[in-house]
Amino acid sequence: MTAKVSYGSVEVGTELPAQSFPVTRAALVQYAGASGDFNPIHWNEKFAREVGLPDVIAHGMFTMAEAVRVVTDWAGDPGAVVDYGVRFTKPVVVPNDDKGALIEVSGKVAAKLDDNLVRVDLVAMCDGKKVLGMSRAVVRLV
Amino acid sequence: MALDQSFVGRTYPPTPAYEVGREKIREFAEAVGDTHPAYVDREAARALGHADVIAPPTFVFSITYRAAGVVVQDPQLGLDYSRVVHGDQKFRYVRPVRAGDRLTVTSTIESIKSLAGNDVLDIRGDVHDEAGELVVTAVTKLVARAAEEA
Repeated sequence: MTAKVSYGSVEVGTELPAQSFPVTRAALVQYAGASGDFNPIHWNEKFAREVGLPDVIAHGMFTMAEAVRVVTDWAGDPGAVVDYGVRFTKPVVVPNDDKGALIEVSGKVAAKLDDNLVRVDLVAMCDGKKVLGMSRAVVRLV
Repeated sequence: MALDQSFVGRTYPPTPAYEVGREKIREFAEAVGDTHPAYVDREAARALGHADVIAPPTFVFSITYRAAGVVVQDPQLGLDYSRVVHGDQKFRYVRPVRAGDRLTVTSTIESIKSLAGNDVLDIRGDVHDEAGELVVTAVTKLVARAAEEA
């Protein structure tokens, strides 16, 4: 596991490059197929509304997968992530148009730990709302 | 109705082995739009010190979630699955999942809490490879919303 960022080069407060991830209905269908999660709330508008949702929502695990890319793209090696957790606080509502929704993710180094490990705290927003809470990854740097 | 606390600590038998395929990893990486070469190019993965292509960090959830399904559908537990939402997800990785891994999941009910009428269940999935080594632990928090008053 060889991350490309050195432990010595970061400090608490170091910001990671923020990224935006578009999510369309087509992306949700593709993710359903790849992950095996075919819950209709992620592709069937009628079903989603019947269970009280405003519209089709993204898989929480899709949002979780996007958010960690701010860490893996920065570190250079996705295998350098040793710990990752999130809380699903608000759904990402995905309208049925060619634009869909936009997940905006920022992150910063929140703590330097032993053994070249750093904890990165992530913020994932969609439509002005925080969609992930307690979103934290621990990554091993070189 | 609150769930029976005696289920806390209960461990379910390991799942049959799931073989991680390189094309499945590619499909998953494409689905999340992640173009990192370590997911598709063995040489790129080796250059980073991995034995083969690796899977994106959240890939393993599709295996652990299926294993957790056995727990939530345990008729003795009596959880109303139609009211369940995914509250929280954590992974602790010993090493990344990689192509060729044959993985089994052992699920354990870590905790059961009742909060404002909701049942909150933590299910831990310990994922082992063919050699019996722990690869990753996934902790899935499921919230079964209280039934509405009639």
